[in-house]
Amino acid sequence: MSAVRNAFGKLADLDFRILIAVFVAVMVIFGIIGENTTNSDFYAAVITTIAYVMMGLGLNIVVGFAGLLDLGYVAFFAIGAFVMGWLGSAHFGDANFKFLASDLTPDAGIHINFFLILVIAAAFTALWGAVLGFPTLRLRGDYLAIVTLAFGEIVPRVFELSTSGFFGIGNTDFSNGRQGITPVDKPYLPIPGLDNITRIDLKPFFFIAFAMLLVTLFLNFRLRDSRLGRAWIAVREDEVAAAAMGVNLVRVKLWAYAIGAALGGFAGAFLATFNNTVNVDQFEFGFSVFVLCMVVIGGMGNIGGVVLGAIALAMFDRYGLKQLDTLPSKVGLDFDFSSVKFGLFGFFLLAMMILRPEGFIPNRRRKLELHEGEHEGGVASDEDLYSVRG
Amino acid sequence: MADVLVATNVTKQFGGLTAVDNVDFSVPEKGIVSLIGPNGAGKTTFFNCMTGLYKPTTGTVMFNGRDITGKPPHVVTESGIARTFQNIKLFKTMTVLENVQVGRHCRLRSRISGMVFHSPFTKKEEKETEGRARELLALVGIERRRFQDLGSSLPYGDQRRLEIARALASDPKLLLLDEPTAGMNPQESEELTGLMQKLRTELGISVLLIEHDMKVVMGVSDHITVLESGAKIAAGQPQEVRANPRVVEAYLGSQA
Repeated sequence: MSAVRNAFGKLADLDFRILIAVFVAVMVIFGIIGENTTNSDFYAAVITTIAYVMMGLGLNIVVGFAGLLDLGYVAFFAIGAFVMGWLGSAHFGDANFKFLASDLTPDAGIHINFFLILVIAAAFTALWGAVLGFPTLRLRGDYLAIVTLAFGEIVPRVFELSTSGFFGIGNTDFSNGRQGITPVDKPYLPIPGLDNITRIDLKPFFFIAFAMLLVTLFLNFRLRDSRLGRAWIAVREDEVAAAAMGVNLVRVKLWAYAIGAALGGFAGAFLATFNNTVNVDQFEFGFSVFVLCMVVIGGMGNIGGVVLGAIALAMFDRYGLKQLDTLPSKVGLDFDFSSVKFGLFGFFLLAMMILRPEGFIPNRRRKLELHEGEHEGGVASDEDLYSVRG
Repeated sequence: MADVLVATNVTKQFGGLTAVDNVDFSVPEKGIVSLIGPNGAGKTTFFNCMTGLYKPTTGTVMFNGRDITGKPPHVVTESGIARTFQNIKLFKTMTVLENVQVGRHCRLRSRISGMVFHSPFTKKEEKETEGRARELLALVGIERRRFQDLGSSLPYGDQRRLEIARALASDPKLLLLDEPTAGMNPQESEELTGLMQKLRTELGISVLLIEHDMKVVMGVSDHITVLESGAKIAAGQPQEVRANPRVVEAYLGSQA
């Protein structure tokens, strides 16, 4: 056990430039040869996993950095995916609008270039992140969790029910109800390799996702080391002291919500295209918990840890489970591991919390908190003696 | 000398309890003034009314001719008042240096785009921030080798000094110290007295002090205000206050 801990510790100490270089190299090589050398299930699972990693990183900004427990992250997946569905499919059949889109798209509907929609989706979701974050600014801990949980439930239901106008205004169909929006336009750029993408060749999807992941990682690292990143951690540590040091709590929290949400929408928009459907059934509460687990298991607040946690959980969900499912029938049992998926997740989460509560690669900060009693000279945490007005 | 801070008729009630009762108070420019009183006299509540953590029930607080009554804490800090806390409130899991860098937050102007793309302005600002933080840590007397340690791993006295450095990082005109020598040994207290005088002479900062250590209070203050049960019972030069029978009574109890 301690050997494992040491190994993880050393991993965390490695110069992160080397780590990033190795990571990029491995991913690029896998991207090129993976589709032919592994089965396509595995390759597709990796692409989905990359999108999930982005979501994990987005939630990490809200939960890991700013310390705002968000249980409704799936709302941003939904918003991002719907933006992709609205602006890049034949869903709005009355409109005939194309902008930098492939000639292969049908005439009906709105067809804006995939890459442009990614940006629009991120911006639109960021806006909603701030809007949904605003009412929760005064809340902390459990109360915040409950309210965000409610938002995570409300948003997909609003989409589902907006089949005839939005809140009764107008009669446009925004979601096609439970059938969802499908098909969704493929990514398109007028260069060889990206000018005629089909769902059969997954390589372009892999590299698009990977490029998006690199953008996400870059954003995370830069923000972590900025004045905003410091302010987030200060707010997480002690709101009163942060405010007294001149940190505008409202602004700093809203930025956390907005940027975290933007990354969720960014990844969500990609998934809409990759899955070729925007369906409200995808936007379940379980998904919010799933993303939160990635953050917690990986090491809250540690970017590398979150990446690792997200890879582990997402690959297990997308690929490992299917492999497990073949086992019982081999020994003559009629049993399906997928049906107890959340039971398995629960078990792993519990095991993690007992064996290694700080996550795979702990944030130095978080580790300190969890092992506070074990250190000498740890200052007893003082209660919140003041309430800060936003 | 002009007054930097003028509080007029400040009252703070919590339900039926009047914690601060109609207190007039002022801090002259480059002055070191103290607020003393028995436990529960309302000193810290008064502090919190000055710094925006509480909104006074009635009364006004003017700072540099600007009305800051009931303004949120970050606005008060930005206008030039910084504070430390009675129960140390460091950002426990940040390094010593990072703690001070956070203190500079309200003076930084980098935008998100600058932070992400490391614009020349952001780079320069970050470099200046770190330099300033190092200067301030040296000023309050924290050893260089502790800069990368976690703030909470410092000895108690150093944690108090770190809080002062963090407060100074916002370039305040007025520094509010809430029992800064609590938990310090006599030698450390003396060093702190020296630091306060240095702040006044070198940086032109006024200091408002809440303190129980009478040696420190009498030694450093230009002016002392005494609170008891939320009300001001005496004010004046240290010698006057020391001789005031009401003050003696408040501290030692009346002879029945």
